Amino acid sequence: MPVLPELTADNLSFWTGGRDGQLMIVHCDSCDRAIHPPQPLCPACLGRSVSSRSASGSGVILASTINWQAWSPDLPVPYVLAIVELDGEPAVRITSRVVGCDPASVAIGDRVMMDFEHHGDVWIPVFRIRG
Amino acid sequence: MANLVKAAITGIGISRVGRKTMLSPTSMFADAALAAIADAGLTRDDIDGISTYPGNQMNTGGYAPVGASDAIDILGLKVSWYSGAQEGPAQIMALITAAMAVETGRARHVLVFRSLNEASAQVSGRKGIGSGDERIDGWLSWLVPMGAVSAVNWAAMFASRRMHEHGLTREQLGTQAVWQRACAQHNPHAVMHGKPLTMDDYLSARMISEPLCLFDCDVPIDGAVAVIVSRLDEARDLPHPPIRIEATGSALDQGFTWDQQPDLTTMGATAAANDLWRKTDLKPSDVQVAGLYDGFSIFVPMWLEALGFCAHGEGGAFIGDKQSQIGGVVAVNTDGGQLSAGRLHGFGYLHETCLQLRAHAIGRQVDAARIGVLGIGGGPIAGAVLLARE
Repeated sequence: MPVLPELTADNLSFWTGGRDGQLMIVHCDSCDRAIHPPQPLCPACLGRSVSSRSASGSGVILASTINWQAWSPDLPVPYVLAIVELDGEPAVRITSRVVGCDPASVAIGDRVMMDFEHHGDVWIPVFRIRG
Repeated sequence: MANLVKAAITGIGISRVGRKTMLSPTSMFADAALAAIADAGLTRDDIDGISTYPGNQMNTGGYAPVGASDAIDILGLKVSWYSGAQEGPAQIMALITAAMAVETGRARHVLVFRSLNEASAQVSGRKGIGSGDERIDGWLSWLVPMGAVSAVNWAAMFASRRMHEHGLTREQLGTQAVWQRACAQHNPHAVMHGKPLTMDDYLSARMISEPLCLFDCDVPIDGAVAVIVSRLDEARDLPHPPIRIEATGSALDQGFTWDQQPDLTTMGATAAANDLWRKTDLKPSDVQVAGLYDGFSIFVPMWLEALGFCAHGEGGAFIGDKQSQIGGVVAVNTDGGQLSAGRLHGFGYLHETCLQLRAHAIGRQVDAARIGVLGIGGGPIAGAVLLARE
């Protein structure tokens, strides 16, 4: 089992949205700014009302790395990590693994779909190359 | 600002630095601290302030074996001001806050130190990343659960983006790593002293997190560095020329993040460096030596650009063309850096830059070095210090 995040009122929608296949991103109800990591007030306009909504579920790889160092039995090597910018949410990046592909084939600019790995009460977002 | 007392470094000390020494970190701290006090021509009773990073906390993995309060007890000090803290402008914040304490009259001679026993802690069984069933919170929780468990992963993604946008090459990073290893052959405190490295060695090394290989990563060590920060007006009669703390940079303006900053080819170094230059009349062209954080080699070109030694995106070519070496624009990490001297968490560069400004860097001395800059930290963690020989 990977190290799991502590679930809080602020981040619950993000970490459990995968149950329904949704990548939930918090937005400010006043100025509509995406707020990631999620928090209950907007760091731009200081609006105190925020709500979660589903992101498109696709995005593009901005940066990537093939990790070769064996850190933990939960993470067989090699595996690929990427920073992905979400379609329709240019201010939000998600860093996670690109799964189900040849690590050497992953490149900046590749388009990916969100998927989720379920561990206990947490759904960790991961990426799959969009065919 | 004009009314403030200026602060200066008057003494420096370093312990033995090694891998898996199994030495007492208390003893190594004392070696560095007592050497620094003696080097400043002072005695224990002159020290009235303590400043360290990260301060007294659980010594997980050998990261924090000696805190400020420990230091006070170990040396039997009576202090008027002390601080040990982790949050702030990188590990070098310990020097920055010491200068603030001196400038505001809270202390006259502050002992500033960093102590680590990370290498021995690995031997005695460090808890592995991802082991146990404790949960994670804070900024790490947006990286570690996804498998981005190490700073090498985060730094490698900066490198990949720079290869994509700027044409950075492994040979450019390797040129810096090989030069620093050559420098370490002249530094008896360097953990890689006696262990030369060639470009072939670099290019054939095992990958850790592509494009970063083993020799792009710094080396965990046991060791300690200490310096004395004194009032400049009390530093005139001491054994060595004082090294004035000319300016410091501490700004953070694009959030505390490794992946949300608008431009993934920049990091916190930019804000810290801009802040530094706003506080001085000196310019990058006045600087001869630099200690730039190389927890991973990729940070060196990023700091070079942030500090204005070259334009944004040109850091790779700068190190590839040896402009960061003796004989180039600015000599960077002449002690070997953390890649080859060991991970003293910013304090190795501090010690080396003081040696350079005193013209005591035997075998690796930069001609007429009078101004040195420190750019410490990676990702959002960044602090900068400009040092000037009086």
